[in-house]
Amino acid sequence: MFALRVLIELVLLAVTMTLNGCMLFMKPPADLDYSRTRTSAAGVYRATIEPQGDSIPQGKLHRWTLHLETAAGAPVDSAVIAVDGGMPQHGHGLPTKPRATRDLGNGDHLIEGMKFNMGGWWVVKFRVNAAQGTDSLVFNLKL
Amino acid sequence: MPRRLLPRFVAIMMPVSVLIVSVAAFIGRALPARSGWTTDERALLRSLSLASLEPLEPDPTNHYSDDARAAALGRALFFDTRLSGNGKVACATCHVPAQDFQDGTPLGHGVGVTGRRTMPIAGTAHGAWFFWDGRADSQWGQALGPLESAVEHGGTRTQYARVVASQYREEYTKVFGAIPDLSGLPAQAGPVADSLWRAAWQRIAPTRREDISRVYANIGKAIAAYERTIQFEPSRFDRYVNAVLTNGSTADAFSADEEAGLRIFIGKGSCANCHNGALLTDDHFHNTGIPAAAGVAVDSGRAVGVRSALNGEFTCVSRFSDAKPDDCEELRFATTDGPELLHAFKTPSLRNVSGRAPYMDAGQFRTLEQVVDHYNAAPRSPLGRTELKPLRLSAREQAQLVAFLKTLSGPTIAVSPRP
Repeated sequence: MFALRVLIELVLLAVTMTLNGCMLFMKPPADLDYSRTRTSAAGVYRATIEPQGDSIPQGKLHRWTLHLETAAGAPVDSAVIAVDGGMPQHGHGLPTKPRATRDLGNGDHLIEGMKFNMGGWWVVKFRVNAAQGTDSLVFNLKL
Repeated sequence: MPRRLLPRFVAIMMPVSVLIVSVAAFIGRALPARSGWTTDERALLRSLSLASLEPLEPDPTNHYSDDARAAALGRALFFDTRLSGNGKVACATCHVPAQDFQDGTPLGHGVGVTGRRTMPIAGTAHGAWFFWDGRADSQWGQALGPLESAVEHGGTRTQYARVVASQYREEYTKVFGAIPDLSGLPAQAGPVADSLWRAAWQRIAPTRREDISRVYANIGKAIAAYERTIQFEPSRFDRYVNAVLTNGSTADAFSADEEAGLRIFIGKGSCANCHNGALLTDDHFHNTGIPAAAGVAVDSGRAVGVRSALNGEFTCVSRFSDAKPDDCEELRFATTDGPELLHAFKTPSLRNVSGRAPYMDAGQFRTLEQVVDHYNAAPRSPLGRTELKPLRLSAREQAQLVAFLKTLSGPTIAVSPRP
């Protein structure tokens, strides 16, 4: 049984080494939540991202709408929103500096300057400061 | 299993299991699965193929970008050595059409010697940023930089307006309207490094300076209209991808080494992280730890380039641009600070790369083998931090990668602007 375990471990090691060597096809963590609606870290807000267009393009500037509401479902219009993000497996940030540029009403906020210059796993983080308090939201994307 | 047999079993199985893994790894390397591409890999190959290149959209900053008359004027200007301080330098002096619109030397040689490698032109109209450091945000803005550089064309906008007025009056007027009165102006005047010419520029009335600068901007727009017509034609790689995706002709097949090199390009080599899309560039800026060139100061790259872009005279948001403010998102949302900008340079297209030595921002590497060796070793950057990690490619894998890079060559052609 010991030998079998050694064999299995060696095979797993070989597979892992192969995967590690292939950054482009490096698998993101299996349990990632890619949903477009997320709850903020401390549960203060719920937000939904709506990229404009059918899908999130690679290598093209585009806009998002961020719909923001309280945990109870009331739209949050007046908020200071900071956008950040990057590729955790590559160790770099977003190629641009997106900003929330316009309050569209009904809890919708226009996010301009979104761009993803590579394929793979990206995270986009919003830090929201509004009457209900400051909290952060993280969205995972796979391009 | 009887307890006494276990040690013997382990003694036999250990080396056997190691042997199995080694043989499997050897077979995997020696005999790459020919055309055995997965669905994800096929999608990636499709995205890298020239067939995936989206049609060139009109340049909102240049109303004349697809005007055939502007392109014809721009072509004439591109080859005209009268657009230089010494009458000997044209755009085509460094951007040599027969050499893929570059000059094959580490540094550009105009009136003097530049600090960077001449960049090729084909396909660049698809990009958002120009120059190695992206200090121009439009193709016409790019074209105007070298014209007033003391080491490139070495002249001034007043001189160039006179050349247009005397040599291209009719062609210019048909596209851009009347040429302003240039009488009584000094032979050389412009906001350039030369202090006498700069002083002469300051002595010209602001309204006349504005008129001259507008002619100058239009020279750039005409040259850009021509440069937009310079495009890539399919390479062997594109024909190979087409064959893979359509189960087409085996005449387009790659050799085993080329196919293995492509696997490394999209896999272990991580090349396609940045060299992505149909032009094999992400149009972004990266510090890859390229050493400083002999006799050239260590280059700050994008860290300075983005500042120049923001403060440029001929940007998307300038009064010489034809764009609406909403069209200028690349500039409005550009990353303007951060350590990643230091010594970061624009990812060049890899199309036609094998015919375009020497490589990097100042021609630091003479051969593709040296380039691949650099990426494999991932040395420390002379400034800032490199994004590279050692690839641990074997000598054979490096040779395979080079073999693949040589499949990316195809003709460069000037296509007619749309009517």
